Amino acid sequence: MAGKDIIVEALKQEGVEVIFGFPGGAIIDINDALEKDGTIKYVLVRHEQGATHAADGYARATGKVGVCLVTSGPGATNTVTGIATAYMDSIPMVVLTGQVPTALIGNDAFQEVDIVGITRPCTKHNYLVKDVKDLPRILKEAFYLARTGRPGPVLIDLPKDVQNQKAEFKYPETIKLRSYNPVLEPHNKQIRRAYRLIEKAKRPIIYAGGGVIISGAHKELKTLAETIHAPVTMTLMGLGGFPGTHEYSLGMLGMHGSYCANMAMANTDLIIAVGARFDDRVTGKIEAFAPLAKIIHIDIDPTSIQKNVKVDVPIVGDSKLALKKLNKIIHEEGRPDEAWKDLHAAWWDQIKAWEKRHPLTYKLDKDVIKPQYVIEKLYEMTKDKDPIITTEVGQNQMWAAQFFKFDKPRTLLTSGGLGTMGYGFPAAIGAQMAFPDRLVIDIAGDGSIQMNIQEMATAMEQRLPVKIVILNNEFLGMVRQWQELFYDKRYAATKFHVTPDFVKIAEAYGANGFRATKPGDVESVLEQGLNAEGLTIMEFAIAKEEGVFPMVPAGKATTEMLLV
Amino acid sequence: MKHTLSVLVENCPGALSRITGLFSGRGFNIESLSVAPTLDPTLSHLTLVTRGDEFIIEQIIKQLNRLVDVYKVVDVSEGEFVEREMALIKVRAEDETRAEILRMCDIFRCKVVDVSPKTYTIEVTGPESKMKAVTELLKPLGIKEIARTGTIAMAREKKSV
Repeated sequence: MAGKDIIVEALKQEGVEVIFGFPGGAIIDINDALEKDGTIKYVLVRHEQGATHAADGYARATGKVGVCLVTSGPGATNTVTGIATAYMDSIPMVVLTGQVPTALIGNDAFQEVDIVGITRPCTKHNYLVKDVKDLPRILKEAFYLARTGRPGPVLIDLPKDVQNQKAEFKYPETIKLRSYNPVLEPHNKQIRRAYRLIEKAKRPIIYAGGGVIISGAHKELKTLAETIHAPVTMTLMGLGGFPGTHEYSLGMLGMHGSYCANMAMANTDLIIAVGARFDDRVTGKIEAFAPLAKIIHIDIDPTSIQKNVKVDVPIVGDSKLALKKLNKIIHEEGRPDEAWKDLHAAWWDQIKAWEKRHPLTYKLDKDVIKPQYVIEKLYEMTKDKDPIITTEVGQNQMWAAQFFKFDKPRTLLTSGGLGTMGYGFPAAIGAQMAFPDRLVIDIAGDGSIQMNIQEMATAMEQRLPVKIVILNNEFLGMVRQWQELFYDKRYAATKFHVTPDFVKIAEAYGANGFRATKPGDVESVLEQGLNAEGLTIMEFAIAKEEGVFPMVPAGKATTEMLLV
Repeated sequence: MKHTLSVLVENCPGALSRITGLFSGRGFNIESLSVAPTLDPTLSHLTLVTRGDEFIIEQIIKQLNRLVDVYKVVDVSEGEFVEREMALIKVRAEDETRAEILRMCDIFRCKVVDVSPKTYTIEVTGPESKMKAVTELLKPLGIKEIARTGTIAMAREKKSV
């Protein structure tokens, strides 16, 4: 069997349903083999970055491995941003790149680039296949590495001659990787030590990150919070890991987190961190972070533990397994519900007082549309439809995180770690490919949407009814906000003097376009847009200089919040 | 604090680059590095000397372990260990200094491995401190060229990699 057919067979055995890609000379043979075989759906994007984000969105929405197929050279380099995005957020992905024939490698051949070298620091692992006989093993390993342990993107570079060499196809059933053995099962002794801290804590808080969603630990997390009556705050990546509408949810913490969440973190005596990594957007000034707290840190990646903060009880393992064990011990210890409640009653009084003092809020305006109002309305109108929300990056992302309530895991797809503008729309395409019947909405800004707007054609071609909400302030709003606050309002390079007519853009692609310019139009435009058939843009001309608050200025302690 | 790490790594293309890339990408520093295959030709043994406080060393070890190609990492400097380095030193050897150089070689148990009318090439083996001592003493005589291997190390007795 030829290399290209081995690849198609292997992808089938891995259960791959859809591939996002863009063709070229060095990958044409695999496109041909896929076409002849006809089992796997191929989505032709308009730019390779779009393919990686779409595969990423597919992976985040389903938990399966997303797959991309691109050509050598520029095709491969265009995937780098998407790969780095997936790497930072631990998203399982396999990226197949074409490469010039082995004999030409190193010769500066046409469309040759050392993509394995380029992506080494932003992939979990990568391969250059030099012998067709290695191909089945490498494909098997790639999918295994992508989805196990702390997931991540894996790249396989496929020289054109290898794609056409023949070898016997036998897909390995088992994997032998002596150097890769992620620890899943947490240490019992550590779990017990964790319980000893929980038992004594008077002001505990659960700090949940993306690991909760990746490991599917949302049920266990809810059990833990409800059993010990502890508040839960989430990172951007953790939203949906605990119901946003739950009475114990304090919402997001960190730079644009709620006042209450940040105050609780600053005053807690015990942080129970689950699948989170104490990122700088969460901790603020590290010396001032949670000064009174002991820390229990559950994470599958040992490097995340003790990287930024000193941890009292490190627990290396899968979040779900760890929480299961912890819940079991709590249950066995048998402290009555009332006792937990009493222990934390004063803490809850304090939290409620913070919540009351500075709730998440904004000032309505009767003449100008406030972006927060759009998100609130969008939430109200779609919450019963179990939507998947994707976001771009910047103010749109933060308003979505603050004002949309995510009750289920895998309902918010957003670029957290890398903060990639242009992520949301192609990610929505990936999510909609996975769930054709669900409502998929990209919450965008006028800046971000223009970074991958070419994928409108992809969505039309695939007949995907993605809804795009554009919060248009004719600014790169988040940077503008920093300039307003810290650069004496010098709006260097953030004002868009030309912004396209998004309604006309929608129409040009054959999609639907609606625009609201007054607060009174918001509901009707959402109504029309959400009910319109097929790809739809809803554009909202929002208050140009609206800011995201609360805000912890970079480098400040998280208690030093700027409020509305 | 100086730490000497012993790393067993898959002997495959790119593995070394992953390790050095990790150090440069995360701002760790490498003082010396030496690599060669082990008895098992599919594994390479890499000795790496680095500096950092306990947090940094902990991160370095964890980050190394996270690489798919890394089989095992041991901080040999945590316990008793032996370390050796080899250097070839080409030193100016005129009539009046030839005897002195040979005497020095004798004291430091170095070997003269190449002789020319105006130079000796000396092989020195030992821990880094000895390398320093020998080079300091030879410097005034005129070192023309020096090549060092970097440290290799091994834990004493039981605690083997």
